[in-house]
Amino acid sequence: MGRIVTSKKILVIIPCYNEAENVALLYNQIKEIQIENCKVTPLFINDYSTDNTKTKLEQIGAKYLDNPINLQIGGTVQLGFMYANENNFDIAIQMDGDGQHPPSELNKIIKPILLNEADVVIGSRYINKEGFQSTFFRRFGIDFFSKLNKLLVGITVKDSTSGYRAYNKNAICNLIDYYPDEYPEPEAIVYLVNKKLKIVEVPVLMKSRLGGVSSIKNFTSIYYMIKVSLNTLFLHLKMKSNG
Amino acid sequence: MDKIQIVAIIAVLFFIGLISRFIIRGKLRTEYSIIWILIGLILMVFSLWRQSLDLLAKFFGVFYAPSLIFIFFFFMIFIFLIHLSVVNSKQHEQIKKLAQEIALLKEKISEKNKI
Repeated sequence: MGRIVTSKKILVIIPCYNEAENVALLYNQIKEIQIENCKVTPLFINDYSTDNTKTKLEQIGAKYLDNPINLQIGGTVQLGFMYANENNFDIAIQMDGDGQHPPSELNKIIKPILLNEADVVIGSRYINKEGFQSTFFRRFGIDFFSKLNKLLVGITVKDSTSGYRAYNKNAICNLIDYYPDEYPEPEAIVYLVNKKLKIVEVPVLMKSRLGGVSSIKNFTSIYYMIKVSLNTLFLHLKMKSNG
Repeated sequence: MDKIQIVAIIAVLFFIGLISRFIIRGKLRTEYSIIWILIGLILMVFSLWRQSLDLLAKFFGVFYAPSLIFIFFFFMIFIFLIHLSVVNSKQHEQIKKLAQEIALLKEKISEKNKI
């Protein structure tokens, strides 16, 4: 009797806000990926772009969702989780639509989930310090949130703002209940640890953006630091007090 | 009755009338109108019974009676603004949920139309 090999359904969630220049290349790159026993489906989510992202997505024939209003990055990614849950995907990947996260690195971030070693995998550019390393001020912010997370939940995620992540079913269900709207990445770590999920960080190569403009224009923005810190702190207190 | 008292009473009646009109026309939900009706009634008491403010000020030991009005209304407005922020946050979440559901439904419909 042969071993029954069940194929895993993998959804790659790509939030797009004014990414018309990047979607076609990204789509082709994802289509080329072959992972054993896995079926990889890219899902683009057009977050009410003001450019022709939607037309581009239609042209290339990609599967996409079209937000009726601007939901910001958090609401958009969360929508992807809802789609993954409804359509019974085993793993959801979150990948930026700007080409910073090379699809060729996908197998690295799903491996720990396929091996049942983690619920959440975060792709990090700081473990091996290869590829695009970002600017000084950005790195300061990333480091700050990394330390804040360490202080609150006791785990260290070096690339705390990395949006290149993989989640298993358990993590997806939890993120449908709660996911922050803006700059969700550092806060999500605190949430997921409080939900007793296992997070691992794996080294990946990242690039600088292909085109378009980043959603975070100035990482030093005081607003960003204060907002995310406060959110994270309040979320942690709330989850601790609810047991 | 002084002229100012008559003016005050008419103003308060107008105010209460306006609130009632908004409620009847469905432009103001009853839960948000309660505070405004309450304020209207308090204003009415002060307009009909002029000494009430002085008595109240004396009771609290306030030297300048009108400052009592300022502090009271400042406090009320402050609380109401916080309440509105809470309502706003709740609506933000509800709108987000609705938009997400719409996006999912739109995709389902277009999938059906393809077949």
